Amino acid sequence: MFELFAQADATAAGFGQYLLLGLVLGSLYALIALGYTMVYGIIELINFAHGDLFMLGTFFALGAATAVGATTADAGTGTIVLGLALMLVGTPLFCAGLNVATDRAIYKPLRRSPKLTVIVSAIGVSFIFMNLGLFWRGATPVKFPDLIPDTNLLGGAGSVRFTLKDAMVLGVTVPVMIALTVFVKLTPLGKAMRATAQNPTAAVLMGINVDRVIAVTFAIGGALAGVASVVYGLYIKSADYQMGFQNGLYAFTAAVLGGIGNIPGAVLGGLVIGVVGELGKAYLGAKWSEALIFGILIVILLFRPTGLLGARTREKV
Amino acid sequence: MTAVGRYWVPGLFAALFAYPFLPVAEANRGEQFTILFVYALLALALNVVIGYAGLLHLGIAAFFGIGAYTVGILTVPFFPFQQSFLVAALAAVLVSALVGIAATAPTLRLRGDYFALVTLGFGLITLYAIRNLDAITEGTKGLNPIAAGPLPGVKENVDLSALKVGDDWGARWYKYPYLYFVILSALGGVMLLLRNLERSRLGRAWVALREDELAATCMGLNPARLKLAAVAVGAGLAGLAGAFYALALRTTGNPQAYDFTLSMIMVCCVILGGLGNRPGVLLGTLLLMGFDRIATNLLDNWLQEEFDLGGGAYTKVSGWKLIIFGTVLIVMMRFRPEGLLPEARHARELRESDDQAVDSGQKEK
Repeated sequence: MFELFAQADATAAGFGQYLLLGLVLGSLYALIALGYTMVYGIIELINFAHGDLFMLGTFFALGAATAVGATTADAGTGTIVLGLALMLVGTPLFCAGLNVATDRAIYKPLRRSPKLTVIVSAIGVSFIFMNLGLFWRGATPVKFPDLIPDTNLLGGAGSVRFTLKDAMVLGVTVPVMIALTVFVKLTPLGKAMRATAQNPTAAVLMGINVDRVIAVTFAIGGALAGVASVVYGLYIKSADYQMGFQNGLYAFTAAVLGGIGNIPGAVLGGLVIGVVGELGKAYLGAKWSEALIFGILIVILLFRPTGLLGARTREKV
Repeated sequence: MTAVGRYWVPGLFAALFAYPFLPVAEANRGEQFTILFVYALLALALNVVIGYAGLLHLGIAAFFGIGAYTVGILTVPFFPFQQSFLVAALAAVLVSALVGIAATAPTLRLRGDYFALVTLGFGLITLYAIRNLDAITEGTKGLNPIAAGPLPGVKENVDLSALKVGDDWGARWYKYPYLYFVILSALGGVMLLLRNLERSRLGRAWVALREDELAATCMGLNPARLKLAAVAVGAGLAGLAGAFYALALRTTGNPQAYDFTLSMIMVCCVILGGLGNRPGVLLGTLLLMGFDRIATNLLDNWLQEEFDLGGGAYTKVSGWKLIIFGTVLIVMMRFRPEGLLPEARHARELRESDDQAVDSGQKEK
């Protein structure tokens, strides 16, 4: 017989390592998933172009790092800090701007159209983004600057490695998610956003400028994808024009898993997808982990269609 | 309807049947056309699910793959079955339809987007299974050669070279010149079959269900059974398309041929042509896939000969393919969402939804 599944490092330390990796990757998926879930919550659009926006963000970050000369870890601390700052400020702005412009130009005229019309437009945008990525950096994967060293923060004794890179990912993603939660829960604009998601008609009647809320939603979703793309580039150290597809699907699965339209749900979904993906890679083999993720998506949808944290609402007839 | 509107489909089929006998015929082009026919068949299959029954299915490529690999497993020398193509194609239709029913039955209570998501997941899992079970599917090599002739009892090549008029028609094409006619006939047959199906009790019930599920249920229709029937018919036809795909290529090819992109492009073909309208779907597929498979290459060659632009991606039309695809979709959705050749009822529905208030229309769709 042929060997179907991979052999895993079955020790407790091995398990801990996979769990940690999964949580780190999961927090990345969560950032992308938030963009899906917020847009869906407001206008019920499955934004198929979101993953490709993330891809363009990575290319932009790569361009920013190259522009200031931060291409290797030996570039000098000042240059690296400048490069990181430029990436972390510029990329979210770039992605937010692009996302808002896309909404203005393409989705906004279709607000009254049936869902399928808008989804097909989003597929069209996804194709265009992918092609732009192809022109930008070519068809083969490009190296992303390896700016953060792989220093192990847990010391040599323990066999679980927690590197500076892992810390960087969590150090960026966790505060961003906290800031988002604070924004949505506590600010007037966040309140308007929640109101619009719940009932657009009532929101309009209460004097909320729904168009503005939608634009802000696209801006925030895009900015989160931008942050995720910088962190992803620094963590994975490689980028190609098709990476938006796979990561977009994972993030999208995460959004659905948590309950699409639900912000804490997207974070939970992202973490679950990250952990399941890594454990699947370890115990079933890399080639089965993708199938496992989408299998879980189907099972969740069948037994709890509103996701892990979604409210149980009956869809109106 | 004008005379052109009524007769262009039979006219197109007549022209395509005549093509190999014309002096301009090229075997190369014939092969490309054959693949186009296969995709048209697949789009028609998807149209049963999306257009007739109104279920957004994002995993049609899975059934295409299941059909292709069923034929592969039943015919190639690698396995002990060695059936003729006819038996294998029948099996492909049955297996696809049964898988379609089995995969859809648990999802029937899901509505709208959730149904679409499950089909998306199903399509991806099927693709990964095809890719990963390389002990059965031979991985990226594909199962080959698929040698069995398409007629009952015929396993070897039939020499139809007497029929050839064009230069190398039949000399190339792996010596299977008649596949062009077989697959074109199958496409014509499916067009007729679907025309009858549309007018049957089942077809009319699907339309009723698509337009208003609650009203249809009140009229005594069983939505679950109707949806299952739509998926079964669609999956079966997609399996048939997959069977012909494997036959036309003589191999199941790279598993990538059955990926999510194909499902997406098929949805685009159906919507571009006109959701629910057979001739529209045919036209949409021929335009979109014809552009993808044939026109870009022709244009590229012409551009290189005329202007000698060098090798960069943006000097080639094929480099711009996705941008052109995307722009066409966006422009169509903005200005003609009902498709090139709309189905009357669907067009009316889209126009009416324009008049509804923004918000009340949106959440209930």
